Amino acid sequence: MTGHPPLCLDRLAVGDLQPVSLCVAAGEVLCLAGPSGAGKSRLLRAIADLEPHRGAVTLGELAQDELPGHAWRRRVMLVPAESQWWAERVGDHFPAGDVRGLSALGLTPAVLDWPVARLSSGEKQRLALLRALARTPSVLLLDEPTANLDDVTTRRVEAWLMARLRDGGWPVIWVAHDQVQIARVATRRGRLEDGRLVEEVPAPCK
Amino acid sequence: MQVIDLAWWQLALAALLVVALAGCTVAGRLGMGRTLLIAAGRTVIQLALVGLVLEALFASARFHWVALMAVGMLLIAGREVVARQKRRLLGGWAFGIGTLAMFLSSFTVAVLTLTVIIGPEPWYRPQYAIPLLGMMLGNTMTGVALALDRLTEGTWQQRAVIENRLMLGQTWREAIGDIRREAMRSGLMPVVNAMAAAGVVSLPGMMTGQILAGTAPALAVKYQILIMFTITLGTGFGTLAAVALASRRLFDDRERLRPDRLAAPRK
Repeated sequence: MTGHPPLCLDRLAVGDLQPVSLCVAAGEVLCLAGPSGAGKSRLLRAIADLEPHRGAVTLGELAQDELPGHAWRRRVMLVPAESQWWAERVGDHFPAGDVRGLSALGLTPAVLDWPVARLSSGEKQRLALLRALARTPSVLLLDEPTANLDDVTTRRVEAWLMARLRDGGWPVIWVAHDQVQIARVATRRGRLEDGRLVEEVPAPCK
Repeated sequence: MQVIDLAWWQLALAALLVVALAGCTVAGRLGMGRTLLIAAGRTVIQLALVGLVLEALFASARFHWVALMAVGMLLIAGREVVARQKRRLLGGWAFGIGTLAMFLSSFTVAVLTLTVIIGPEPWYRPQYAIPLLGMMLGNTMTGVALALDRLTEGTWQQRAVIENRLMLGQTWREAIGDIRREAMRSGLMPVVNAMAAAGVVSLPGMMTGQILAGTAPALAVKYQILIMFTITLGTGFGTLAAVALASRRLFDDRERLRPDRLAAPRK
């Protein structure tokens, strides 16, 4: 499925990061690597307009500052490495209506009635992705979506997520540390180093 | 009925007992002796000074002196609101928002109460205006300070939660809604408790004072009810305004959370 407009950054600069210009088309997965503190998360936060920045971000014809902040972020969905849960019940974090895709995660709808404290970190990670997808975004910004998970869970979450990405066809920017994982999921790769973004040779098509 | 006069030496007797209490806490190594004595000293000096000011004010009863006194009280209350906050808004916003909120609520309610309900002649007569405003400002100050402290501290501690809610496309109002409710609650809790306990658990100070001064209890009770309501109104609207203004200031025009607008905690 295509139809999502491309996400384009035009000389986007935040903090010490040199201006970044690039476009991510529908269905592309741009993996970003780089040492800790290189500014990967800050770049994602700037794209989602959570941090003051310079330069422009557009979604197809739509510029970031044409929309109120919350409307932009609903389209350009950032999923942080560590998800936060504010309500008592799991289900309260989802928009009203049916939550689809629970069974594919190995969860039953009963999980929606669970207290948040009962979730394991792997379940939290998957449910955080699911609650982001439930808001029908146009772009996904994933900040280490499999951080803090053991190998087995990482592979499971990754496989599920890749299937969802193929179905959804969003432009995706995926921050990851693990080179092996990047080789598995990326259609394009970039590296943040010394405050600059360097795009690497495209990985073989997946 | 005539009020029994109090001589300074009689107050000194009471003061002696306070000193004795301080001595006991020192002997018990409870570390409160110094604080207690300084606070007691402040009470004597501040009240003696305000007594002089009020004597002069009552004698002149001119509008501009009453207004000057009211503004002075407001500014000191504004300073106190800032001092009671752990993480205040930077750039004078803590003082500005606190003072504006107290001005809007306390002054409006006080003027309304004076002109429409009590109706002294002239309406700004200091015997009525100054005590009324003083009681309202004192309580509004507590409410505003508690609410702002709760708001800024809660926002700081839950900044990750607020940002995650923003990431999911919530508006700034939704994202900070829980913390705003908590802040409102802690601001209003003291007056709600005071109203609930009035007469049963505690005898309110003003009513007790009026009764001591010879007012019939039935009239003193009516004044006390009026004061309780005006204090509730002042505190309620003041807290409402302060929480609304301050929570807006915690976000910028792109609805981003801006914890950098909060000062680092003191100490």
